[in-house]
Amino acid sequence: MREVSNIKKKRWVSLYVENRIGVMARIASMMAGKSYNIDSITVGKTEDPTVSRMTIGLSSDDPTFEQIKKQLNRCVEVIKLNDITDAPTHMKEILFFKIHDCSEFEKGEIFRIATVFGAKAIDYGIDSVLLECVATEGKNNDLIKLLMEKFKKVEVVRGGIVAIESISMTDR
Amino acid sequence: MKISGNKLFVTALKKEGVDTIFGYPGGMVVNLLDELYNAPGINMVLPRHEQGLIHAADGYARATGKVGVCLVTSGPGATNLVTGIANANYDSIPLVCFTGQVPEYLIGNDAFQEVDIVGITRNVAKFVIMVRDREMLAQRIKEAFYIARSGKPGPVLVDLPADVMAELGSTSYPTEVTIRGYKPNTSIHIGQLKKALTLLKRAKKPMFLIGGGVNIARAQAELTELVEKLEIPVVTSVMGRGAIATDHPLYFGNIGMHGCFTANRIANECDLMVSIGCRFNDRVTGRIATFAPNAKIVHIDIESAAISRNIIVDIPIVSDAKLAITKMLELTKPMKHEKWVADIVKWQEKYPLSVDCNSGVNPQKIMETLNEIYADKDTIFTSDVGQHQMWANQYLRLDARHRLIQSGGLGTMGFGLPSAVGAKIGCQEKEVVSINGDGGFQMNMQELATGVVERLPLVNVILNNTFLGMVRQMQTQFHKGRFALTNLNCYKSETGEVINEGFEEMEYVPDFVKVAESYNSKGYRVTKDEDLKSTIEEARAYALEHKRPVIVECMVSPDQLVMPWIPGGKSFDDILL
Repeated sequence: MREVSNIKKKRWVSLYVENRIGVMARIASMMAGKSYNIDSITVGKTEDPTVSRMTIGLSSDDPTFEQIKKQLNRCVEVIKLNDITDAPTHMKEILFFKIHDCSEFEKGEIFRIATVFGAKAIDYGIDSVLLECVATEGKNNDLIKLLMEKFKKVEVVRGGIVAIESISMTDR
Repeated sequence: MKISGNKLFVTALKKEGVDTIFGYPGGMVVNLLDELYNAPGINMVLPRHEQGLIHAADGYARATGKVGVCLVTSGPGATNLVTGIANANYDSIPLVCFTGQVPEYLIGNDAFQEVDIVGITRNVAKFVIMVRDREMLAQRIKEAFYIARSGKPGPVLVDLPADVMAELGSTSYPTEVTIRGYKPNTSIHIGQLKKALTLLKRAKKPMFLIGGGVNIARAQAELTELVEKLEIPVVTSVMGRGAIATDHPLYFGNIGMHGCFTANRIANECDLMVSIGCRFNDRVTGRIATFAPNAKIVHIDIESAAISRNIIVDIPIVSDAKLAITKMLELTKPMKHEKWVADIVKWQEKYPLSVDCNSGVNPQKIMETLNEIYADKDTIFTSDVGQHQMWANQYLRLDARHRLIQSGGLGTMGFGLPSAVGAKIGCQEKEVVSINGDGGFQMNMQELATGVVERLPLVNVILNNTFLGMVRQMQTQFHKGRFALTNLNCYKSETGEVINEGFEEMEYVPDFVKVAESYNSKGYRVTKDEDLKSTIEEARAYALEHKRPVIVECMVSPDQLVMPWIPGGKSFDDILL
């Protein structure tokens, strides 16, 4: 018998799909119908307007992930599938984090946190701040966790991960 | 010159070699139908319900190997196809289903008879698409036929908004098709095959597990040659039944839940299982952990997604069944497995299949009578779903001249009669017999009318036990005989209480003899084994003479169980004999 790991692990797939009505639904509903959990899914037109590129993040064990890739490949609308789980890629997510009801002192702290995490303050009010952070999913998780510990009245919007294969860099 | 989409549609069908359409009219296809009216060379069949319609197209496709074509209207016309699409999908049957759709400017408005049929069928078809651009119509139809019939075949749905179909546009129809996301496999990895053959050389107790893929690839003759050359015992799944003659000395029956003891024991004891065109469905494997415990597994399937999904295999080979079998014939030398086969024959002698019957007509005798009557005639049997289907699997003799069409993957009740209608329309030169239960037959019995108007001499055998027998069987075994919702003659008293008496005394509904009469045909009732042969012969003669479907209703005891039985999720060791 072939060696397979049943340990759940974070996976990434980059898909080239037909840019047509219903293709996003096709991919999402196939995944849902087979009980594959999607953590993150993004889609957008590419340099070729007939092609869209999707980045899908999910957690699964080896056999399930193999099956997911096969099922995606089966879809007529899928032109090409790249498993980028272990490939050198640039991978980023945009995060908006709005903090309400913050004091002058707290604002100073927010700006210090933003500097350390590489986030930007992009909007500002008397007692509120809006941060934008373009970072890896993990780094955004860390930033959210830290801010949530401190601030109660917040709003979080995450854009989902987009990824592209590296040119010469081997680190993510 | 410019022509309407509706006109181009007719051209497209001719270019695809379509000779038969199963259609049902409605507002959104009426203009299209007008173009088809008097279109030479296209036989238009009007079934009586869209579910019957698509099963008929399915039966037609299975019998002929051609693509079955459905044409229905929007809304309910389209949604009534859904079960049939799923049915064809799980059994890999090539269908192209055209659905009318409301004009594009009404889509999303909850217009009359508007449904998102593309969204509804997305997960139960091989491919679905709405044609949104008149200039793409020809290409989409071309792609639909190509996708339906190539690779692992399956149903394709093409949704046709009425305004797109009315629009004038190009007359041309493409001769070739390339789809960048769809490249069906047409070759075989010889290195992998050689690895499999090395295992085969070493194996002491090899077996073939044959699935529907071999029947779809029409590789029955090649398989038989290979099996004889290598002297390897063969078992089949339900869909694989008939891939080798069922009376072949190296064939040992169906594996799985209602397979036979011997076939299941072969899987349990073999040291090498070579599976061709079988996806290791749960009805085949039972409990995965104990399935084929001593075997290395070679899995040949045209669909890579079918491999190592349910069972982790040692050697995966992605290939069409016929190609794989032909290559194996080329690359192997004759083998002998005398001792292994002799052992198996002993099991078979010890545990033969037989129905233990105390009352009513014996189901085994029904099948054996059909074998006798149709022995020298090219015959297509179709089966509905339930106990009678399992008996048909166990006792019908199948070979190159006798084929069995049945709903395997989805287990769709109501499939038997309409698929017989479609099979007969596709194969006029063959005799067609449908085998049904009284439950399933009632699900699509309106198709008797289609059989009458199409002048189809069909013999429809109904095993009537006045119960939904397969579920009743589970209730007998696991629910202390509490027959919830399985008694088809469960009357309620005037105060609403359930009257659950023995079936002999019950008033009986429907009277299938009268059903046949109401369709201007004839029904026959058999209550004793001795009358089977003469009655079926008489019915067959009537059907042939009057060119219409007849009913032969055989009264079977509801206590009759399908045996052997490996209950769902259990192992070979748990087999009930």
